[in-house]
Order: sequence, then C-alpha cells, then structure tokens
Amino acid sequence: MLKDFFAKKKKYATIPTEKMKHDVPEGLMTKCPECKHIMYTKELKKNLLVCQSCHYHYPMSSFERIGSLVDEGSFTEYDRNMISENPLEFPGYLEKLESDRMKTKINEAVVTGDATINENPVVIAVMDSRFRMGSMGSVVGEKITRAIEQAIEKELPFIIFTASGGARMQEGILSLMQMAKTSVALKRHSDRGLLFISVMTHPTTGGVSASFASVGDYNFAEPKALIGFAGRRVIEQTIREDLPEDFQTAEFLLKHGQLDKVIPRHEMKETLTNVLKIHSGRRA
Amino acid sequence: MVGELEFERPITELKKKIAELKSFMDEKGIDLTDEITSLEERLSALQNDTYENMSAWDRVQVARHPERPTTLDYISYLFKDFIELHGDRLYGEDEAIVGGIGMFHDQPVTVIGQQRGRDTKENIRRNFGMPHPEGYRKALRLMKQAEKFSRPVICLMDTKGAFPGKSAEERGQSEAIARNLVEMAGLHVPIICIVIGEGASGGALGIGVGNHVHMLENSWYSVISPEGAASILWKDSTKAKLAAESMKITAPDLKELGIIDEMIPEVKGGAHHDPEEQAKRIEAVIQSSLEELMNLSEEELVEQRYEKYKNMGEFTFVNDSIAVK
Ligand SMILES: [Zn+2]
Repeated sequence: MLKDFFAKKKKYATIPTEKMKHDVPEGLMTKCPECKHIMYTKELKKNLLVCQSCHYHYPMSSFERIGSLVDEGSFTEYDRNMISENPLEFPGYLEKLESDRMKTKINEAVVTGDATINENPVVIAVMDSRFRMGSMGSVVGEKITRAIEQAIEKELPFIIFTASGGARMQEGILSLMQMAKTSVALKRHSDRGLLFISVMTHPTTGGVSASFASVGDYNFAEPKALIGFAGRRVIEQTIREDLPEDFQTAEFLLKHGQLDKVIPRHEMKETLTNVLKIHSGRRA
Repeated sequence: MVGELEFERPITELKKKIAELKSFMDEKGIDLTDEITSLEERLSALQNDTYENMSAWDRVQVARHPERPTTLDYISYLFKDFIELHGDRLYGEDEAIVGGIGMFHDQPVTVIGQQRGRDTKENIRRNFGMPHPEGYRKALRLMKQAEKFSRPVICLMDTKGAFPGKSAEERGQSEAIARNLVEMAGLHVPIICIVIGEGASGGALGIGVGNHVHMLENSWYSVISPEGAASILWKDSTKAKLAAESMKITAPDLKELGIIDEMIPEVKGGAHHDPEEQAKRIEAVIQSSLEELMNLSEEELVEQRYEKYKNMGEFTFVNDSIAVK
C-alpha cells in the first residue's frame, strides 16, 4: 500500500512532460512550473526562457531557438511549404495536422535552413515539440535529409536541435523508414569529413533518439532534458523495479557515457561557436 | 500436430470430422467413401479460402506462432559450415542476436539475426529475442568484419522490439541502434535483410538497413507493435487487432507501399507447416538478390542504398498563400 503510494507519487514528480503544455508563456506574469517562482514574462523571454530562480529550461519553439543562436538576418529557411500527406489514410490525421499548423504557425515539426552563428556558416535543423509532439513522419525525415544534402553540397557543418517524442504513428512504416533515410544522408555527410553536432533538448525519445540525435560527432544536451529510447512507463512495466530519480535525463546520460557535454542555454551559442571555430581551420 | 490458431478453427473442426468418419468406417465396416471425399473437397476449398484471405491480424498470429522457424532454424537449412561468433568486445554477449560466418552455396557470407527462444527456458536466455545494446554492437562488429573480408551480409529480422530496460538505456540502446543505421548505410558489401517473423520498430531496423529488404508473407514490419499502437493511439491495448488492420504492417501492404523488394510466399498455413520447404523459398530469393548485388561496385552498393531510402516518404507542397506563417 505504502509502496504503491510512493510509486504513484514518483511518476508525477519526475517527468516534466506536463510542463510542456505551458509552452511559451503568455500574459504579463509567469509562474515557473518547477519552483513556482513568479516572474515577468518579458524578463523570462529576455532570459532565453530559463527560470531566473531555478534555471528550469522552458521548451522553445523552433524560431525562438533559431533566434537565440544565429546572427541576425542570416537565416534562410528551406522547404517551408512542405506538408504531410496521409499515406495510410489514418482517420483524423489531416485534421490534427491542420490544427497543429494553426496552433504553432509552422507547417511541420522541424524548421530547417542555413545561417551563420557568430559568422560561422552552418546548416541548421530545429525540431518543435509543439507540433505533434515533435514526432517524425515523412516531412520531418525529408526536410532533415534535404538539409543534410544542402550541407554536403555547401560543405558546411550540420547542427540539429532535437525535440521529439519519436516516430509519427499515423504514418506507420514510412515514419520508421525516415530513421534510415536520415542515416544514409548523415553517413554521406560524415564521409566527406564534415562536422555534425547534435543537441538534444527536452524531450528526445524513441525513433529520433535511436537515429540522428545519437550519432553526432558531438552529442550535447540541455540540462534536465528527457532523453531515452523506451518510455519510462514501459520500462517500469517490463522490469518491475524502481528507476532512479534522474533516469533518462541529460545528466543521467552524461554519467553513463552517452553524452559529450550538458550545455545550459546561456552557454549554447558560445560553445557552438567554439566548436565551429575549432573545426573551421581544417577545411580552409 | 502443429498448434492451431483461432482463425484456423473451422479447418481443425472439419479435419476432426473427417477423421471421425474414417475411424467409424473402419470400426463398423460401413462404406462412407462418398461422404469422406465430399468433406475432403470441402476441406481443401476451406483451406484455400482461409489462407488466401488472411487478415493482418491472422498474419500477426502466424508470425508469433510458437513453432514458427527462427533464425537458427533457417541458418541450419541455408548455410553450410556455419560458425556462430559471440560477443561485442565491449560489454558482453547478447543471445537475443546471433551471428556468424558460413557458406551460401559457394559464397562465403556473414549471417546475423534476432533469435527468440523455442521454449520458455531458451526464451529467458535469449530475452525473448529482444536485444540489448551489446547485441546491436555485436552485429555491427560482424558487419565490419564482413566488410574487411568482402563477404555479403544477410540479416534475418525477428523481434518484438529492442529491450526496454534500465540497463539497456544505461548502455545506450539509442546510440547502438542509431550507429548501426549509419554504418549499414555505408557498408561496402551487399546487405540483404529478410523479415522472417516480427519486425518491430527500431529494434528490427537496427539490423535492417539493406540493399534489398524482403519479407516472408506472414511476417509483419511496423513502426510499433499492434498492441503498442493501440495503446498510444486509442489508449486501449485491446484494440491491437484494429491497429494491425489500419497500420499497414503486412508483407503485401509493404510491397504495395514500396518499402520491401520481395514478398516471399509461405507454405500453406504458414512457415511452421514445412520449415524445410520454406527455407528453399528463402534460398531462392537470397540467390537472386546476391546475383544482382554482387555485380555492383562498393560505391554502387552505397549509392543504391542511398537512393532506396531517399525515396521513402510521402509529402506535398502548398502555396505560400495557403501555408501558415
Ligand atoms: Zn524555476
């Protein structure tokens, strides 16, 4: 009985998925979902959507992320008008896509393009967890693949910020095949000696975690990001044992040798710039 | 007798009736030959009708049949002088994936496959065919070895999924699968993948990036198991049957979607009715795949894989005015 109580309580206490719903805060004041600190929304946005009190990292939309990283006016978007079809004729799928397009003002769960970061040219892809949980269907796979192809053609580094619940169920096997598609492209990019940086943000799970997110030349993550292959609930049901408090967090992965570095949002641009600089001499 | 499945029950009933009539005839000495012949004709028609009109869910049942031939069963039929090789050289030995070297006709090959147990004891040892990272890393080690010695790789896929467990996460289940996808993309030798039973998600794909991908007629291959899909899409795992029908997971479906190259027909009622004959059908497909792929250069093999996967996916474009933002 007592054990049950704790098991239940723990489930709510550890995974910040609920917080995802807060998204970008609206209104004059915002309450931190983690520490309940109340702050001015304007201040929060100026602080890159990081709580001033506890450093909780709010989820960022694709364009907020891009805005926080690239030199002003340098971003050129690719394939903005590519949208999903309904290959399995899944009931309700097109309506869900339409509603997410309205809600997020983007056409799919990833935004791709090229830009400069402190004058270092890159091709960048940024996933958006507000759109169908950032899940990967044909469009996400195709846009990422095309972005990698652009990086190959222009001999540029490729940077991806992942935020995804995994494969998109409604596109069935085609979703699974996007893992293979992005991989063949990344292999070609890598064989040309080009740099690939993966930055995992909350959440990066399932098929995205098990493909491009995990094979960067450098694998970075934001603090406390949930990163893993299988869902916590599935694992708990399978192995029937308690999981550590920090299970599948960025810090947990770092401890187990699965990450190069956990990078707080305030240091992201500077760290990426340094990595890019270290690599830029090679191909000059 | 081979275990009967639910959709086969009318066949079982009819077989039983025929057997009863036969023994009745023998006992009582009454001539029932006409009745028996007519029932046998009905049986044959019923079998044809049942096995030619299998639903996706029926096929899932056949794919999960406890007596369905496994990777090691097929290896014993298909490859001479097979030597199993163990371990990933990094952490351990995962018996949910088997691999080794052998001869396919006159051609040395590397064979890798997920291996479920054939009884409870073996299933525990093999973790029900659900690999840990070390299984995928063993597979990769053997693929790299195959590349060094210029021998083709044949992968037999049969898994309910990569193992969802604490230790698997700690040791990088995601990275192990992801690494295999990238390395298989660039391997300089032919890769032929065949789904022989269950092909669940990334766990299957982790040994599934090939020049040719084939499926046995009654196997399934999907982004998620029917049960998993049902619980995610409708919060109800008992709707697995509905999920199986709507997710397009069968060999005929995937052939139509252009995901697989060949559907390998199964013997009547499923591979477990005649594993040896089934192995012959698989042998013929491997033979023709090899003949085709052995003509390609290293670069052409990699290029062929690139084009194959690049073409998978469906999408469209909208006008700027319709698109949001
Ligand atoms: Zn806070």
